[in-house]
Amino acid sequence: MTIQEIQEEIIDEFSMFDDWMQRYEYMIELGKSLPLIEEQYKVDDNLIKGCQSKVWVHAELDGDKLVFTADSDAIITKGIIAILIRAFSNQKPQDIIDADTAFIDEIGLKEHLSPTRANGLVSMVKQLKLYAVAYQTQLN
Amino acid sequence: MIQTTLDIATIRKDFPILNRKVNGQPLVYLDNAATSQTPQQVIDAIVDYYQGYNANIHRGVHSLSQEATDAYEMARKKIQEHFNIAKSQEVIFTSGTTHGINLVATGFSSFLKKGDEVIVSAMEHHSNIVPWQMLCERTGATLKVIPMNVNGELIMEEYHKLLSERTKLVFCNHVSNALGTINPIEEIIEAAHKVGAAVLIDGAQAAAHIKPDLQALDVDFYVVSAHKMCGPTGVGMLYGKEEWLKKLPPYQGGGEMIAEVTFEKTTYADLPHKFEAGTPNICGGIAFGAALDYLNSIGFETLTQYEDELVHYATEQLLSIDGLRIYGNAKHKTSVISFNIEGIHPYDIGTILDKLGIAVRTGHHCAQPIMDFYKIPGTVRASFSFYNTKEEVDKLVEGVKRAKSMLE
Repeated sequence: MTIQEIQEEIIDEFSMFDDWMQRYEYMIELGKSLPLIEEQYKVDDNLIKGCQSKVWVHAELDGDKLVFTADSDAIITKGIIAILIRAFSNQKPQDIIDADTAFIDEIGLKEHLSPTRANGLVSMVKQLKLYAVAYQTQLN
Repeated sequence: MIQTTLDIATIRKDFPILNRKVNGQPLVYLDNAATSQTPQQVIDAIVDYYQGYNANIHRGVHSLSQEATDAYEMARKKIQEHFNIAKSQEVIFTSGTTHGINLVATGFSSFLKKGDEVIVSAMEHHSNIVPWQMLCERTGATLKVIPMNVNGELIMEEYHKLLSERTKLVFCNHVSNALGTINPIEEIIEAAHKVGAAVLIDGAQAAAHIKPDLQALDVDFYVVSAHKMCGPTGVGMLYGKEEWLKKLPPYQGGGEMIAEVTFEKTTYADLPHKFEAGTPNICGGIAFGAALDYLNSIGFETLTQYEDELVHYATEQLLSIDGLRIYGNAKHKTSVISFNIEGIHPYDIGTILDKLGIAVRTGHHCAQPIMDFYKIPGTVRASFSFYNTKEEVDKLVEGVKRAKSMLE
């Protein structure tokens, strides 16, 4: 599936919920299914800055695709990074670089998009894209 | 049942913001330790200033300037009276507590040398740690720390052991912003003076709940921010004993703070203007005075008594939740409850509470050493004011229970 298709799938899933409680409960579920980062990569170098909770992200190439794993000590943050990883993992770096992130707004997480928000969703998106840029350079 | 002579419903009408909704829910504002809300009386003082007599102070010959100067200096008088300060020139307007601390820390650079020691408490806000670390780096002095026990109380025997003729300065907050502990500042000040050290007390967290008598305390410096006591942001007070303020060099150069300027030499203005370079936050200063009027019209004793009952009730209710632990169980504490639920990150609880319209603070509360002490990433902090109600405490407790059931 392309990033676009996955994002539409996520939007579909979230459209079933009537209120914030259900959305958050679903996010918490997603957080629990996050592909966890291996312990050896849970180091300060892999921490995303700008988050009140700790978020570690690791990226590695599998063929020409970039695979992300992550973890967080806060479950809602884990849900957010899980959604992002679902959309961006197993994709070509150039596609990750080019992808837009409007779907975050559409699934009702707009409030998390503000750059001053302590959970740092913006920092997470930025970090995933930075990894993509780095690996794209490597592939070139 | 909470006993009080205060008419909370009427008091709440003074605070327009308390009527608003957040995420579709009536606002429950429990982040008073970060900033307090502003009563209409203070908002009116701000509006009156800009509508009626906005002008630069101390220099103008025109009527508007005179009116603004009079109002600003009247506010200084109100602050002087409120804190029982001997002389009005010992009241320095600042932009807030952090400014006041930095002014003193920078000034002390010229008094300290290698081998000197400064003592700071283990439960300080970063703003009362970093400036002193910078001071120590500049001068070669050593920073010593008064440890605390698991209840969040300073271990005073250790403090007394730290004191010596090498001690030049002691810094401590009056009330801990992260734990709510009321520190025994009388004892801290008295003991420091015995070895000839000066004492700065950070009153930012205390001033909304305790009315300190600065002459009786015999403290050398005391700093507060107006925005934690129903005043506006960006203004505060530094109290300093006149003898110290005369000795300290000016902090910033500029207009207002000079007596005479030639290119060869400048002589500085008398106190308090020596430390008030540039056009100050005139409106803020006047509104600070209005905030003190407001708090005093209610009476500190009455409002503190009510807040204590509220905190007591909230503590009991919160502790009924399984797995909830309160950090900071000092015998003397006020207005703050810092807590966590086992296995749940404070950030998650704060996020769910926000969705329910309940404003709390999560994180390390600018006091990372305290979080390191307890080996936790942070806490959820609910902090109370006299305009909060028992019903709001109930909503908090319900909210925490709901968050817990979602997050577990």
